[in-house]
Amino acid sequence: MELSWIYGLIGGLMIGCAGAVLLLGTGRIMGASGLVGGLVDGTGRDRSTTAAFLVGLIGTPALMTGLGWQVDTQATTQLWLLILGGLAVGIGTRFANGCTSGHGVCGMSRLSVRGFAATLAYIGAGALTVTALRAGLGL
Amino acid sequence: MRALLALVSGALFGAGLHVSGMTDTARVRGFLDFAGAWDPTLAFVMGGAILPMVVAWRVARFGKPLAGTAFPPPPSAEITRPLVAGSVLFGIGWGLVGLCPGPALASLSYGGWPGLVFLAAMLAGMWATPPLRRVLDRRAAGT
Repeated sequence: MELSWIYGLIGGLMIGCAGAVLLLGTGRIMGASGLVGGLVDGTGRDRSTTAAFLVGLIGTPALMTGLGWQVDTQATTQLWLLILGGLAVGIGTRFANGCTSGHGVCGMSRLSVRGFAATLAYIGAGALTVTALRAGLGL
Repeated sequence: MRALLALVSGALFGAGLHVSGMTDTARVRGFLDFAGAWDPTLAFVMGGAILPMVVAWRVARFGKPLAGTAFPPPPSAEITRPLVAGSVLFGIGWGLVGLCPGPALASLSYGGWPGLVFLAAMLAGMWATPPLRRVLDRRAAGT
């Protein structure tokens, strides 16, 4: 796993190219929370484009896994953590109007002040949460 | 044409998340664990993803999308309360489980029941946000 940073860099470049294809191809910003959130709450326009994006996003990892490229997920099996975490991510990203892909990748790459502020806030809050969980509950 | 380009983009995004290991919650939580055994992988993913996007935004200054009408307008520089409070809430959920919206969707086929529970809660939260926001706005205006 000492090579994980190389895989990270290659995967990151692929994610950036995905954002470039969506932006230059359709004029839309590749934000996962905005795309799926717009479908869920009914505010999103251009639904067929969003749906096609989601088919690719869900389908490729499924295909890669089927072809033998397995990746661990290791998500917790504590039900309250999963529900609380999911709700916080869903509500938080919609209030903030973006997540790691929208504010982080697409926002910071055009030097968006809001992108940097959001990224600082969620990484800071995430780091505090991980540290507090381990210190308090040993998780 | 738009749908095809979106499909290609989604497929690249999903493959990138898979290759980078960002659907592995332990790796993501490892990045957030500055006080413990810090895992820098996420920083390489973020850095790698920003590079092509810098070029894309440069190109997007001119003309229009291949299959679209216009590029997004320049970003607002206003740091609002929903932006900061929402991002903090998102960060807490991200730290609790180690999934953000992209990887939560990408690992749908192999995340097992924990992934499904998280995704369902996330979608419920997204669905509940517009009414929740109206209530909060009304309360803020009333007092």
